[in-house]
Order: sequence, then C-alpha cells, then structure tokens
Amino acid sequence: MSNKVKVVVAGITAVAAMVATGVASASTLETVKQRGSVICGVSDGLPGFSMPDERANWTGIDVDTCRAIAAAVFGDPTKIQFRSLNARERFTALQSGEVDVLSRNTTWTLTRDASLGLNFTGVNYYDGQGFMVRASLGVKSPKELDGATVCIQAGTTTELNLADYFRANGMSYDALVFDTSDQTIQGFAANRCDVLTSDISQLAALRSKLDDPSSAVLLEELISKEPLGPVVRQGDDQWFNVVKWTLKAQINAEELGVTSANVDEMKSSENPEVQRLLGTSGDFGQHIGLSADWAYNIVKGVGNYGEMFERNVGPDTPLGLPRGMNNLWNNGGILYAPPIR
Amino acid sequence: MADKRTTRSGGFARLWNDPTVRARTFQILTALVVVYFFWTIFQNTVANMERRGISTGLGFLSQPSGFGIVMSLIPYNETMSYGRTFWVGLLNTLLVSGLGIVLATIVGFIVGIGRLSKNWLVSTLSAVFVDTFRNIPLLLQIFFWYFAVLRNLPGPRQSMEIGEMFFLNNRGLYLPAPLPEEGMGVVWGVLVLALIGAVLLYRWARKRQEATGQQFPAIRVGIAMVIGLPLVVFLAMGSPMDWDVPELRGFNFRGGIVMIPELGALLLALTVYTAAFIAEIVRSGIQAVSHGQTEASAALGLKRGTTLRLVIIPQAMRVIIPPLTSQYLNLTKNSSLAVAIGYPDLVSVFMGTTLNQTGQAVEIVAITMLVYLTISLTISFLMNIYNKAAALKER
Amino acid sequence: MSDGKVNPVLPPPSLSVGVIGWIKKNLFPSWFSGVLTVVLGYFIISSLIPFIDWAILKADFIGESPADCTSEGACWVFIGTRLDFFIYGFYPESEHWRVNVIYLIFGLIIVPQFFSAVSARIKMILGVFGVTVFPALSFVMIYGSETFGLPIVGTSVWGGLTLTLILAYVGIVAAIPIGILLALGRRSDMPLVRALCVVFIEFWRGVPLITILFMASVMLPLFLPDGVTFDRLLRALIGITLFQSAYMAEVIRGGLQAIPKGQYEAAEALGLGYWQGMGLIILPQALKIVIPGIVNTLISLFKDTTLVLVIGLFDLLRAVQATIIDPAWRNVATEGYIFAAFVFWVFCYSMSRYSQMLERKLHTGHKR
Repeated sequence: MSNKVKVVVAGITAVAAMVATGVASASTLETVKQRGSVICGVSDGLPGFSMPDERANWTGIDVDTCRAIAAAVFGDPTKIQFRSLNARERFTALQSGEVDVLSRNTTWTLTRDASLGLNFTGVNYYDGQGFMVRASLGVKSPKELDGATVCIQAGTTTELNLADYFRANGMSYDALVFDTSDQTIQGFAANRCDVLTSDISQLAALRSKLDDPSSAVLLEELISKEPLGPVVRQGDDQWFNVVKWTLKAQINAEELGVTSANVDEMKSSENPEVQRLLGTSGDFGQHIGLSADWAYNIVKGVGNYGEMFERNVGPDTPLGLPRGMNNLWNNGGILYAPPIR
Repeated sequence: MADKRTTRSGGFARLWNDPTVRARTFQILTALVVVYFFWTIFQNTVANMERRGISTGLGFLSQPSGFGIVMSLIPYNETMSYGRTFWVGLLNTLLVSGLGIVLATIVGFIVGIGRLSKNWLVSTLSAVFVDTFRNIPLLLQIFFWYFAVLRNLPGPRQSMEIGEMFFLNNRGLYLPAPLPEEGMGVVWGVLVLALIGAVLLYRWARKRQEATGQQFPAIRVGIAMVIGLPLVVFLAMGSPMDWDVPELRGFNFRGGIVMIPELGALLLALTVYTAAFIAEIVRSGIQAVSHGQTEASAALGLKRGTTLRLVIIPQAMRVIIPPLTSQYLNLTKNSSLAVAIGYPDLVSVFMGTTLNQTGQAVEIVAITMLVYLTISLTISFLMNIYNKAAALKER
Repeated sequence: MSDGKVNPVLPPPSLSVGVIGWIKKNLFPSWFSGVLTVVLGYFIISSLIPFIDWAILKADFIGESPADCTSEGACWVFIGTRLDFFIYGFYPESEHWRVNVIYLIFGLIIVPQFFSAVSARIKMILGVFGVTVFPALSFVMIYGSETFGLPIVGTSVWGGLTLTLILAYVGIVAAIPIGILLALGRRSDMPLVRALCVVFIEFWRGVPLITILFMASVMLPLFLPDGVTFDRLLRALIGITLFQSAYMAEVIRGGLQAIPKGQYEAAEALGLGYWQGMGLIILPQALKIVIPGIVNTLISLFKDTTLVLVIGLFDLLRAVQATIIDPAWRNVATEGYIFAAFVFWVFCYSMSRYSQMLERKLHTGHKR
C-alpha cells in the first residue's frame, strides 16, 4: 500500500469514527469500561466549578466530581474526557449519549428530573440565588429594589426566579439579559444596572473583577434554592448508583476523617466503618459493579468532599466561600450521606 | 423476440443520449431524493420528540411569559403572552436594522468618497477606518462600543438634560412621550396631504426643468410645506397634544420613551462595521465610472461637488446597488448578535429567553428563521426594484 | 518680442516643495480640507495618547502570576501565561508539536503567495497542495492515526486559534466546490434544479449564522434516527460550510455571468459536453475573475467562526472569554479582547491585502 493510499484510508476510517458513535445498547458502565474513559459534560467556564487553568487543565468542583467517578471506575482519575457544554445544549448532549454524566452546575428541579428523561444523582453543592448591589445605594434587602435595573445572565433558572420574586413582592424591575457572566459583570461595573443577580457562589468571584471590590456588597438574603449536582440518563440504575455513591463516598470519607494524605494509613484502621469504606472488609464495591477498593481510589485520587471544597472554592481560593450549608451535618451544614454497609 | 430486444436496447441507448429525456430523468430523481430527504427528517423529528416527551405545537404562544423585557416599542409586561414577546423582539430587530441601514449608508458613502479625497489626512484616515473595522469580528466591536458608550455616560442622578424634558444617562435617552388628544387626527391628515403635495411639486419642477431648463427649489419648498402646514394647523387647533415627561423616581427615570444604551451601542457597531464595507463598495463603484466623465463635467464647468452628485454617483450607483443589497442583508442578520450585550432583539428575547422557558426549540427556531428569511427577501425585493430603476436604460 | 535670451530656470517657490509643500498640497489644499485636517488631527492625537500610555508605557509585560501586574496600565502578563491555551486549547501539551508541524507547513504554503518573486507555477502547485493533500495531512496529524503511531486526540480538546483556523480552512475548502455546483445549478436549463438551487441559496443567505449553528448543535440530534450522533465539531463544520457555500455560489455566479456568450458557444462548437465545457473553458476563466470575491468571502468566514462560541466550542474568542473570568486575576477583559481583536485583525488584514494585490494584478482597465 502506497503512503498516499494509507493516508487516505486512515483519514476515511477516522472520519467514519467521528460520525457514527451510536449509543450502544450495553449498559453505560460497560460502555465506559470498554472505552477506557468517562465522558463528562462540564460548564464552559465557571470559576470554582469548571474552568481551564494556566496549563489548560480543567479545575473545579464539578470537574473533580467527574474525576472521582473516573477514579471509582478505573482507579485512575485521569481516565476522563471533558466536553464543555453551554446551558442550552447540556440536556440534549446527555440525552443523546454524547456524555455519560453531566456535572455542570445544574439545578435539581422536578421538571428536569421527571420529564427530560434524566436522573439527578445527588447534590455536590448547595447554592442559592443572591444579589450584588452597589454599596453607595445603601440597600440592605432585596425588598428595597423596586424599580431597579438588574443585570442577569441568560439561559438559566435565575431569570425565572427573579421574575417570580419581584412579582411576588409587587415590585417592578428592568431585566438586562447578557449572554455570558463576563458581560454581566462588565455591565454592572459600567453602572448600567443597579443590581447583579446570580448564584451566590459566583457573586464573590464576579465582585473580585470590579476595580474596587469594596464598592459592591452582597445581600445576605437569598431568593431561591439551587441544589446543584451530577445528572445521568434515566433507565440505567447501575450507572446511576455508581455516580450517586461516588459522591456519597466522598462525604462519608470526610465524616470519617479519611483524606488523600492519610488514606494509606487508614487502610489498617480498626474502625469498621473505615474498613467498609476502603474495602478492607466486605465486598461493597462489587454490589455496584466496581472493584472493592473503589472508594479508596476516589479518596486517593481526588480527596474527600472537604478537600475538594477547600481546593476549589474554599477560603484559601480566590472565591473564598465559607462552607456554610455545604458542611457536614454534624458540623452545622446539611451534607448527610447514607452509610456504606 | 431477439429482434425486439435489440430495438429495445437501441431505444434505451437513444433515450439515454437524448438530452431532454436525460434532463427529465435527472430532475425526477433529484425531486425524489429531496422529498425523501425531508420526509426522513420529518419522520425522525416527530419520532424523536415523541420519545423524549417534548411537547409540540404553537399552543405555547398564548401562555403568559412571566419575564420582563427592558425595552419594547409596544406595551408589554410579564403577564402578556409568549406571542407578545415575539412581536416585541421582532419590532426591536426591525428598529435596529432599519436605523442601521440608514446610518451605515450615510457613513459608508462619506468614508468611501473620503478615500478618494485629495486631502492626505482624510484619505489615509478613511483607509485606516476601512482596514480596521472590516477586519475585526463584529462581536468584538459590539463589546467595544458598548463599554465605550457606557463609560462616557453619567449615572441617572447626574443625567445630562435639556429643559427638563430630555434626559441622557447610562440607563438610556429619555424622551417625552406624545399623548395625542382630540383633534390630532386633523393634524395627521394635513401632514399626509402636505406629503402628497410635496411629491407632486417635485414632479412638476422636474418636468418643467426638463422642458424649459428653468430650475425651481422644489426640495426646499417641499420640506417647508411638510413641516409648516401641519405645524400651522397644530397651533390653530390649540396644540391638541400632551407630553408624558420622564421623571426620576427611585433608582431610575419613569415614564416617557426610553432609548436604551444597548440600542445606541449596537447601532454604532453595526453602522461602523457595515459602513467599512459600504465604503469599499462606493470607492470601487466610483472608480468604475470612466474618468472621461469627470473630465467632461469639468469641461462643462461643473464644480467638484456638483460633478460628484450629478454625474459620478448616479452612474456609480449601478455598480454599487447589488453588493449594497448584500450588505443590507448582512446588517439585518448581524443584528442578531445583539444577544451579546443584552439588547432585546428577536434572537435574544424569542430564541433566547422564550426558548429556554418553553423548551420548544424546533418551533421557535423555525419561526425565527422564517422571520429573518422574510425580512431578507423583502429587502432584496425592494432593492431589486430600485436597481431596475437605476439600471442603464439603453436607448 | 523676445530678444532670444532664455530666462534661467527658476527653482520652484519654496511653498510648493519640501515638507511645507507636501503639507500644503496634501493637508491644506482648500479651506474646507484644512478645517477637516485640524479637527481630525486633534481627534487622533487626543485619543491615541491615553491608549499608548495604557497599552505600552504603563503596562506590565513580563511575569508569571497575577502578582506581577503592579502598574496602572495593561496586564499583558495574563495573555502570556494563557498563550498556550489561546493557541492550542485543551490539546495535550505533549502533542503540541503535531499542531506546530501543521502551522509550519501552512506557513510554507501561504507566505510565498505574497511574494511576486515566486513564479506563478510554484504558487499554483502550492495552492493545489493546500486544498488537496494538506487538509488530509492536517487531519491525520491533528486527529491522529493508529497507522502512523500518532495517538488519537479527540475533537473535544481542539481549541483556540487552531480551532478557529481549522473551521475557516475546512469551511473554505469545502464551500468552493459546493458553491460551484450551486452556481452552475442556478444557471442550469433544468427548471427543477434551478429552482432548488435558488431556494437553497436564498435560504442560507437569508438566515443568521447563529440560528444555523444553534440548529446544528441542538436540533440536529432530533433530525437523525435514534442513536446516531455526529461529532460536535463536524456539526458546526457542516453548518458553516453550507452557509458559506451559498455566499460562494453567488460570487461564482457573478464570474459565470461575466464570461461572454461566445465562450459557451465556442465550447459547444468544439463538441465538448456540458461538464467538459464548464471544466475546461468556462470555470477556469470565471474563477480567475472572482478570486478577489472568494478571498473576501474567506475573510468574512474567518470572522464568522467566532460565532461557534454559541454552541460551546472553544475557538479563540471563547478561550479568551472562559479565562478572563478567572477570579485570581483582576479585570483583564480589555486585555483579552484586545488580544483577540489583534489576532483576528492580523489574519484578516493580510487576507485583504492579498486580495487587493490580486485585484491589481488581474485588473486591466483604464483606472487612474
């Protein structure tokens, strides 16, 4: 075969490979294992949740959640492919099998859970919609915002929450809908609007973009509940369990004091709960189609929930978010994972 | 038997070599392929939507929308229907494209003529203008103008104002809104009459000039008529018009008509971007006019400006109009980038927020495409009429 | 009358030569022109000085982290640290050399086209190589191939300037043949074919690219049978190609119309069939006339690729947008956008210079 023909043949096979990657009838877990990597849908740029860093690596809570799934399945958190998705295409991409799991700060709502053919597997971040106001206005509560111009990012539940809140309180407003969060903060910085509304986790990051961050204040009152978490397709309970328990394992690990630093020592722990988690006793991994040391791999590769939080959004990061609701149940938060037994 | 077969195959060969038959067969095959293609897509779509439980139909258009829109040419609030959001978006799109076409044409002609100026600074600047704005993506230019506009406007409390009627700040340009009272109909009627009169006057003046060579200042008189007559009637009727003057309440001005800065920025960006293209079209159009024409009109003693207006531009228009039409279409379609800075055009309001809320992508995108297609075809149609009128009339 | 003595040649008055002469002739030829010069001159100087101050004099160029941006001016350090991302996107660092090889070959094809010293024959060969072998080669290099021992790099990690160039290049190479077919179809004798081509062209020219890309990314899965999916990049490419081929068809139609009828008749008289006549006689002449038009279409295609950001592909502009929100840096949006604008400008400006060069070369009129 001449080189030219080789090139052409290689090209044709590759193009064919690009075109028809149908959803295999096999279970998602099997498909993933066969492929050798998990395909995970993430946001196309959201500080602390999924954002490319200097070396073009994805970082963030949503990204680490994906890596934890890869660690659970393969014992290697790098066996993962990321697909950046925008708000409009995320559900279609999951439905059509383009991604195995969607971890893209997606709010868990009844409609999405029930009528889109999707299943939410849990919550990896409890968020809420808040307001950022220019400090000079002296506003203390969202109820004082009657007649304000509001900067807002398009395509999310945020728009609806805002309309509901203002209508419920009999207030009027002008909504200025931007396409990206960057445009939203630029509009606010240029004094185009009085208020900026977004998930509270984003407001701090956006505020740091102002020339003088202290010129704006975040209002304490939140106007919505935004439980964000990974989503899978309906009708594959095995894969649903894998994703769900990956998250639970991280929370349990934090509760038991298992971290990526001490996980090897903890393997010889006397605590039966730790033994069950790390697979030194029992065969809990097999029940969900994984190896016995699945949770060990998660903690070793990605860390427990607390480590994941501190690394991406915690007080030492530019976002500087407090644990708040996202603390363990016995620590003042609402994170509560069912036991592994 | 054998005989028959040979004739048949001979007949087939003859048929195959007959161009009309071949053309017909080919056309029928094409038609079949096209019909099959669309039928398959239709089938797939219906099946897929049913399986995924996506609702269909246009029923959503009458449901209440529940979201606010920052600028609307027709009365709108969030209790109105999704169908209403469509009209709000459409009118905003038409507004920005219409104004953009007019402004881009004016700026484009000025810069295009400027490129041929004898003044070195003017011609160089025009060239720099074209080379800069033609070669940067429009999206980036929209961002640039948006923040350039916003940075230079004061806040609502420090508004620039003219006679407590007009206010300009970074929330927009606030104008008093006219509230017509009884008797305003008469004024409108007089205005229409004055317009008709002006057109007739212009025709008469032209005919007279062609016949006798005498000139009559028809344009000036016409303008005076159109403005003067309704004004006289308006005053005679006792000013049957009230004004809703905007005033500062809470965060912002309320009442009156508001032009938001997004409109200004988008208009600026579209104008500058399209004008750079139009300038090149105008330049090449003018250069396409034979130099002998300039010399001939100079020999007749016409001044440079008059030469340009009466000799060069009318001839250049024949070369200019077809590409100019494409630029008008591009401008209209480019106005869909408004979504980047929050100007509530059709794509932003209808294909954006409404789509996100109803999830009926197929219907909404189809409607949006159809609307743009209609606008484009209308512009093409109008420009073609004008083109026919301007085309070289061979005698 | 004259006494036969010739007056000595006087030097021209000092007001019409030298710097003063140039200024008088080119900047103040008339009263109106002079006022324009003063006004425009003031405008340029007053807007340029603060910009240069910010972008160059007070700017930070060298450094590696947000802490290195200490001055009031622009923070170009940010661009420096993210440059790799802006060029390669998520393409794995160990495989960057593959993209670099393609950039090198691309440069070797393009750069000679700008020099008149290079013979037309070599330019032609390079051009043909550029539209035939080069795309295939690039695909094998960038996507990878087991046959050649290059690990596969999926399209989901392609990004940055590389992706922008890929979109534009594939768009143009695929749009030309489709555009030719459409243009021929629109001038066909068969009414049905003509009607189909007219509808196709007017449809794609009449709708915004945003709606097409949106349809390609979100709605295409609905149009296909269950289970069949397309690569996302391929979907965007199909949308862009069809959109551009409609524009291309109109450009080429202009060229076809400019060919005198005698050429068509001559081709028929020689006994050439439709395709032979078109391929050997008409198209070579028609395409030559419309090369500037084709380049202009390429320029707009190149700029239009920025719209793929609405469907979540990381082209250059999206890469910039995704990184300027990094909370570790202060507000670097202006720097990011200026950088993107500059890159686009460099590419588009060289293309438009190239097109003007061709225009001059091919023009044989009476222009002054």
